[in-house]
Amino acid sequence: MSVSKSLAHDAARLHVTGTARYVDDIPVPQGCLHVAFGMSEIAHGTIVAMNLEEVKSVPGVVMVLTADDMPFANDVSPSAHDEPLLATGTVHYVGQPMFAVVATSHLAARKAARLGAVRYDELTAILTIDEAMAADSRFEEGPRVYQKGDAAAAIGKASHRVVGTFEIGAQEHFYLEGQAALALPQEGGDMVVHSSTQHPSEIQHKVAEALGVPMHAVRVEIRRMGGGFGGKESQGNALAVICAVAAQATQLPCKMRYDRDDDMIITGKRHDFRIEYRAGFDDEGRIAGVEFVQYARCGWAQDLSLPVADRAMLHSDNAYLLGHARIESHRLKTNTVSNTAYRGFGGPQGMIGIERVVDHIAHKLGLDPVDVRQRNYYAEMDGGGLSAPRPAAPPESLSGKMKNNTTPYGQEVEDFELHGITEALLRSSDYERRKAAIAEWNAENEVIKKGIAFAPVKFGISFTLTFLNQAGALVHVYQDGSVHMNHGGTEMGQGLFQKVAQVAASRFGIPVEMVKITATDTGKVPNTSATAASSGSDLNGMAVKAACDTIRERIAEFLAKRHQLEVGKVRFADGNVVVGSKVYSFAEAAAEAYMGRVSLSATGFYKTPKVEWDRIKGVGRPFFYFAYGASVTEVAIDTLTGENRILRCDILHDAGESLNPALDIGQVEGAYVQGAGWLTTEELVWDDAGRLRTHAPSTYKIPACSDRPDVFNVALWDGSNREETIYRSKAVGEPPFMLGISAFLALSDAVSACGDAYPALNAPATAEQVWTAVRRVRNGV
Amino acid sequence: MSKIHVTTSVNGDAVEFLCDPRETLLDVLRDRLGLTGAKEGCGTGDCGACTITLDGRVVCSCLVLGAEAEGREVGTIEGIANGEELHPLQRKFIEHAALQCGICTPGILVATKALLEKNPDPTETEVRYWLAGNLCRCTGYDKIIRAVMDTAAELRSESKELS
Ligand code: FES
Ligand code: FES
Repeated sequence: MSVSKSLAHDAARLHVTGTARYVDDIPVPQGCLHVAFGMSEIAHGTIVAMNLEEVKSVPGVVMVLTADDMPFANDVSPSAHDEPLLATGTVHYVGQPMFAVVATSHLAARKAARLGAVRYDELTAILTIDEAMAADSRFEEGPRVYQKGDAAAAIGKASHRVVGTFEIGAQEHFYLEGQAALALPQEGGDMVVHSSTQHPSEIQHKVAEALGVPMHAVRVEIRRMGGGFGGKESQGNALAVICAVAAQATQLPCKMRYDRDDDMIITGKRHDFRIEYRAGFDDEGRIAGVEFVQYARCGWAQDLSLPVADRAMLHSDNAYLLGHARIESHRLKTNTVSNTAYRGFGGPQGMIGIERVVDHIAHKLGLDPVDVRQRNYYAEMDGGGLSAPRPAAPPESLSGKMKNNTTPYGQEVEDFELHGITEALLRSSDYERRKAAIAEWNAENEVIKKGIAFAPVKFGISFTLTFLNQAGALVHVYQDGSVHMNHGGTEMGQGLFQKVAQVAASRFGIPVEMVKITATDTGKVPNTSATAASSGSDLNGMAVKAACDTIRERIAEFLAKRHQLEVGKVRFADGNVVVGSKVYSFAEAAAEAYMGRVSLSATGFYKTPKVEWDRIKGVGRPFFYFAYGASVTEVAIDTLTGENRILRCDILHDAGESLNPALDIGQVEGAYVQGAGWLTTEELVWDDAGRLRTHAPSTYKIPACSDRPDVFNVALWDGSNREETIYRSKAVGEPPFMLGISAFLALSDAVSACGDAYPALNAPATAEQVWTAVRRVRNGV
Repeated sequence: MSKIHVTTSVNGDAVEFLCDPRETLLDVLRDRLGLTGAKEGCGTGDCGACTITLDGRVVCSCLVLGAEAEGREVGTIEGIANGEELHPLQRKFIEHAALQCGICTPGILVATKALLEKNPDPTETEVRYWLAGNLCRCTGYDKIIRAVMDTAAELRSESKELS
């Protein structure tokens, strides 16, 4: 069996020798042209005049395109057709593409793009959440509300209450490979596009619309991305479409890549949120009711903001059984970049809301936040029995909860794993002892304060747009027994291709080297969903399995008939096909089947079962299952400067029966660090004119090697998946991102050692934030 | 603009090229010499994806002009393996799963190789700070550091055996 093995990433050898090709590395044919955008300098206004003469006069410039030159659709929206590729009369944010320069070199195109003389009539720009609320500038007719029970009444009756507001900053994806596309015109008006995208089918769709051709005239290919994280789910559309339009117009290959600054200015980010909360609870910290108001800054176009905001609502319970809850969500339209998918897709923002509430409750009651968390956990259902060890839940949380273990949106939580995970992690991280040691340290040290925090994660797996939960695959077995495998998922470093190849190899009982992993290609597997929502291996693994099984059955039937045996007696293992006493190598079996005129090619299809819900009412089962994890982080802060660092992190994460533990642990580590970055150092700053001031790594700080925790212990929970997923594994791309929340809570804990007031940190907790919070807490406000 | 003629050596091979006076060495390597192992992550010297060596010194090739390579020795990721045989550092990066999307990997390997040549026995802290200019968005760095420490240990024991 090739599954469950820690085999190296399929392209590892190419990567370490520098020969793995990304879109920008593909050798281009002679005469390839390069494209760059001329961008809006203001946040909101009408274009009065656009003089592009100077742009056109730059040596090397071949063509300049504006909205008027778009032959068919001028739209790159993944949802609401509200996102013109090139501005049409009005500009909506600083950085919006207005015209495109096509030139003989990348540099010439970029330089010329700066020379557009544009006169605007400025309109009032709505930049902030407050401004958007005041102007009632929003997507959808009003706020969405999900509720369970009567939260206001429950809070009113409760013996204690906390109330608060906090701000959560946006986050730049900072995929190290910027957005890139290359369009190659073909005969008869066809187009081949190489695009660094998580969603080739969407690129195909948007390019076809822009060229006015059926989708069959466009083929999109992507072998790998240099990181995606959601930032290449819809944000690649603009580059691919403009390259295709320019390539069609010039009949020459056209290529575009964003320079880092342009990339950060033009493309959407994780939504910034404000969350207001009110919660009522008893003396032990058991939550009776909670109310959230979530404000999401969506930017100028809808993009994926609605499902992002939905997912934020769907995660505002995180791991806690809330008797009464009300979640109100405002999706605000602002003159800023159109925010988009980012690892967790709104889930992190929703989750940190309730984690903040629990932290605040524990602080108010003077309890250990871990106890308050455990007391409020969902119950573990019987019959799960799949994972060990599984200590019983604290008795108080068991009674009466079995019948009602439902989320605020009415989904029964059947697979809750966090009681066991929590106990095990507290033990392995030595939480109690370290907490006591930190208290001692803090009592003795005035300047450097330490903090420690535990945070659990329960993350729903499935696209909440239910129809997206489908996948296709195409598998060929050649006469020599080698296998060519293709599916709709894309590779962005997460190791999807390797995992799925392991599935194919184990279905045929052959070594994984016999399986060729090929670029994702819309000509091979059509109508695919984005590789997103952590669903890559769940969906594509199953689709590949289905295709392999079809071929396997055909071979088995053929050989069984030849040997006059039952089909069930044919076994595929160890590189062989065993039929009774006869042993064929897999290659021999394939050759025999070919000679016997058996088709050795098959498609596979999979759709996730059980999911069904109403996103307007917020009721039903949006998720097939939940993935779990927990982390304990210890930090130190310098109270004089606000500087801080992570000293130690311990993680226990549930990947079900992991398809590849090495790859999964890699996902967990990377996700934690990215999540911690979101909440600590990664600060996006816009000025009053709506200009992003942090648009390069010189000013926008993602975690560096020197920031890695001194001690970093990561393990996978020895669990399974109660649902029938591919080999009972669980999705692992997004859930561990939210483990980073413990870093934020640990900073809050450290600040709270400075005084009695609740620190009420905003995110990201930069040095400035921490410094300010220390002052606040010391002054007792 | 008239082009400049540059004579240099890349990974030990004599190389000549013509480039614009303002063209970066990164662009020369990628666009003129077909060596696409060095990547552009920022173009401003902040991410390390373009790391190469110039006369053995680690530099960001996005901050060096092609013309500056005249008479120098340029080392890139493509020159680290010995034909088909991987350098121990490359092997260890594979073994430790120290890469995901892999786009930071060439820069990190070039930078690390230079470190180990200078300092065969670095502490973990030295490794972390040496690599602080090489950003990786995927891995969280843990496996990278383990791979480097493990390579250093292996290289040390090999050189002991030789001596
Ligand atoms: S591209 Fe040279 S340091 Fe980033
Ligand atoms: S592996 Fe993707 S940036 Fe390092």
